[in-house]
Amino acid sequence: MAKVTVDGIEIEVPNGATVLQACEAAGKEIPRFCYHERLSVAGNCRMCLVEVEKAPKPVASCAYPVADGMKVFTDSAMVRNARRNVMEFLLINHPLDCPICDQGGECDLQDQATAYGGQGGRYREQKRAVKDKYMGPLVKTIMTRCIQCTRCIRFATEVAGVPELGATGRGEDMQIGTYVEKALSTELSGNLIDICPVGALTSRPYAFVSRPWELRKTDSIDVLDAVGANIRIDTRGPEVLRILPRTNEDVNEEWMADRGRFSFDGLKRKRLDRPWIRVEGKLRPASWEEAFAAIADRFQGLKPERVGAVAGDLVDAESAFALRELMAGLGSSNLDCRQDGAALDTSRRDFYLFNSGIAGIDEADALLIIGSNPRQEAPVLNARIRKRWASGALKVGYVGPKGLNLTYKAQHLGEGPAALAALQAGEGFAEVLKGASKPMIILGRAAIARADGAAVLAAAWALADAVGALTPDWHGFNLLHLFGGQVGALDAGFLPGPGGKDLSAMLSGGMDALWLLGADGFDPALIPAETFVVYQGHHGDRAASRADVILPGAAYPEKEGTYVNTEGRAQRGRLALHPPGEAREDWRIIRAAGAALGVPLAFDTLDALRARLVAANPVFGMVDGRVAGGCLDTTGPVAGPTPLSHTDFTLPVTDYWQADAISRASETMAECSRIYNDATPKLAAE
Amino acid sequence: MSAPHSHSHPAHTHEEPASFAFDAESEAQIARILARYPEGKQASGVIPLLYVAQKQMGRLTGSAWTPRIAMDTIAERLGMAPIRVYEVATFYFMFNTKPIGRFHLQVCGTTPCWLRGSDEVLRACKEHGHLKGYGDTSEDGLFTMTEVECLGGCVNAPILQVDDDYYEDMDYETTVTLLEALKRGERPTPGSMKGRQGSAPIGGPETVLDIPMVDAGKE
Repeated sequence: MAKVTVDGIEIEVPNGATVLQACEAAGKEIPRFCYHERLSVAGNCRMCLVEVEKAPKPVASCAYPVADGMKVFTDSAMVRNARRNVMEFLLINHPLDCPICDQGGECDLQDQATAYGGQGGRYREQKRAVKDKYMGPLVKTIMTRCIQCTRCIRFATEVAGVPELGATGRGEDMQIGTYVEKALSTELSGNLIDICPVGALTSRPYAFVSRPWELRKTDSIDVLDAVGANIRIDTRGPEVLRILPRTNEDVNEEWMADRGRFSFDGLKRKRLDRPWIRVEGKLRPASWEEAFAAIADRFQGLKPERVGAVAGDLVDAESAFALRELMAGLGSSNLDCRQDGAALDTSRRDFYLFNSGIAGIDEADALLIIGSNPRQEAPVLNARIRKRWASGALKVGYVGPKGLNLTYKAQHLGEGPAALAALQAGEGFAEVLKGASKPMIILGRAAIARADGAAVLAAAWALADAVGALTPDWHGFNLLHLFGGQVGALDAGFLPGPGGKDLSAMLSGGMDALWLLGADGFDPALIPAETFVVYQGHHGDRAASRADVILPGAAYPEKEGTYVNTEGRAQRGRLALHPPGEAREDWRIIRAAGAALGVPLAFDTLDALRARLVAANPVFGMVDGRVAGGCLDTTGPVAGPTPLSHTDFTLPVTDYWQADAISRASETMAECSRIYNDATPKLAAE
Repeated sequence: MSAPHSHSHPAHTHEEPASFAFDAESEAQIARILARYPEGKQASGVIPLLYVAQKQMGRLTGSAWTPRIAMDTIAERLGMAPIRVYEVATFYFMFNTKPIGRFHLQVCGTTPCWLRGSDEVLRACKEHGHLKGYGDTSEDGLFTMTEVECLGGCVNAPILQVDDDYYEDMDYETTVTLLEALKRGERPTPGSMKGRQGSAPIGGPETVLDIPMVDAGKE
């Protein structure tokens, strides 16, 4: 530890800390542009100059290490003068277009010019102008505004792992760009907008849309992948205008994936905003009363075992639980939330969770990925793996399709389950896993969504056990889910009860009625023609066209809901805007349907519903927390009757930009899909 | 003060070749270059390799420039991201990211050369090389003229650098003579055009003449 005095305040900071960190520890604000705590230090903006006793010149605090006994002044005449002059230089070539700049009102340069700048500039020459660059369909560039802090270059290279941005030319001709015009090949490009301290990189869909002070900000959770990134939904009136990440060190740090960030325009398209009933083969608009009457009419006298329900991938735990209660009231235990048919063993929670935790990646020293491409399935989690790998402490191997670009070096170990057997036998990469003190295995959900899924799950668990990943202090077995509603539905017990049928059994006939709760993840053509289908959901996506009755529900920004991410962390999404038209929150629809079907449900308020949910599974009571810890029982999941096959693993996300009902309705995502799937080689797109 | 020889803007108005491969001569040079760096630090060789590529282009096509595909080839060879090579190549104006003429006339316009008459050298290049100004390539493809900063040969100012060779003590006439010789395919001996040895005074020593040893040969 080093003792440092900042403006007379004596503090202790670790050796190797920078002066800037010491100043922050002392509660002093240091203006900065190029410095970012999650990126390497560049030290080129010079805004963070401070005075250090005995130093002849002001020093750049972001790149200057502390020394014991150092005296730092952050508000001396020298510092104020230095900041004023640095600001004057920065503004020489910065245009005065704040009134038309989308960063206006939330611009670091604007704020710091006001706080630390002088009265005006003395520069009377021509300002430079820079041609705008193309960085893809999501990031809009106005490069004349760029102050060349190089944060975007460092983000792309270090965090996103796509070294495609750079500074070409020099001096006044220096420009930030890709040099070769192309869309940045990353699923994290939206974060460039957040880290840009000026208005050079802004959101293309949000261009000229709004000012930050006009927005209503609602904290929520991203459900479009299973990471459960903490987000802020910015709305104005009945519209979502943008979605930004919030900082949560345990989950998403401060990053967010592009699909979750930019697909919200899908909330306005293809919406189910009123009930529909099929009459003589054609869907016609109806009132809620008519819709419930049609359901009650059809459910009348049905045998409970001939009624079933399927929950989709984006459902909140409350509505899944409510539908389960409704089905229980009807006497049916035909429930399934595994549309992909994943052979999950739900007898124990750690059989289907990402047990190491997302933050656990920061401790792991060996990683085996099986049948998953985390870059597309959970981009933010992948960035965390990359961060750990880049620190030099993590070795990665993977079993799956050849030629994956994970943004970090990973040893390819095979394409199918045979590779698991080889690893189990202790060959090759197994040595690395065994030698590691905290080995991790990530099993993609798609790897168990196949005929031999149970065997794959058991084999992966056995391998984790064999390499010492299952200890009382460390749980190295991890299942990576794909969507934000999947774990919540499992935890809410939306699974076949005793004697109940699973999805494939339900589809193979014998069902008179099926209730689909946002279930767009399987081909509705598989539903037998004679089955009466109730579709409750928010988008006219795959399944709605097959429905006999459509009940319009709410998408995730339009309801209060609990979502459990892949590591088993229950988080609350909050209502940012109301569902469109006559659409309602899903648990209310189910409750009303219960009343119509003569099965009154035991809750009238969301609080009462949540109380029952917590009573059924206490994990829902630990909001924002998760049960962490090692593995106390190494007994594995049941392997099932089908042995490991020789079929290669395939990846579930074939088009990252169009992977769910909301993004399939989004024009922004459609454009991304068009651009990225054209530009990238076949293998990368798959 | 935008530099007229601005390579840094990726305005691909010229034709980029579709392929690039190092020839045997270049490969031999590369092997020597890369041997200088420890294993895993091959990226340090990016500048020498850019030179090799540019020289090879000059040798094979008559235009010593570095096409993008050559930078990509270097990136792959050295295990770097292509953008890292573009950054280096565009930073140093010695690398031509656009095609240039057969002879690269690099006129020094920094103060000592300018005081000693670099404007005349420039005028001669324009008139006899058929060049409109800095950054221009003559229509016959023979000359490209670039303004360069101090070449470090101020004692023999003004300097005209042709490709790698310094022609010193230039004036209008000697520049014209040089250009005409180049047009004929000759390559005059580089160095002072006034016949002095190195940067010694014209016509022999002018100071410390009373040292006998120096004096001896002067009579």
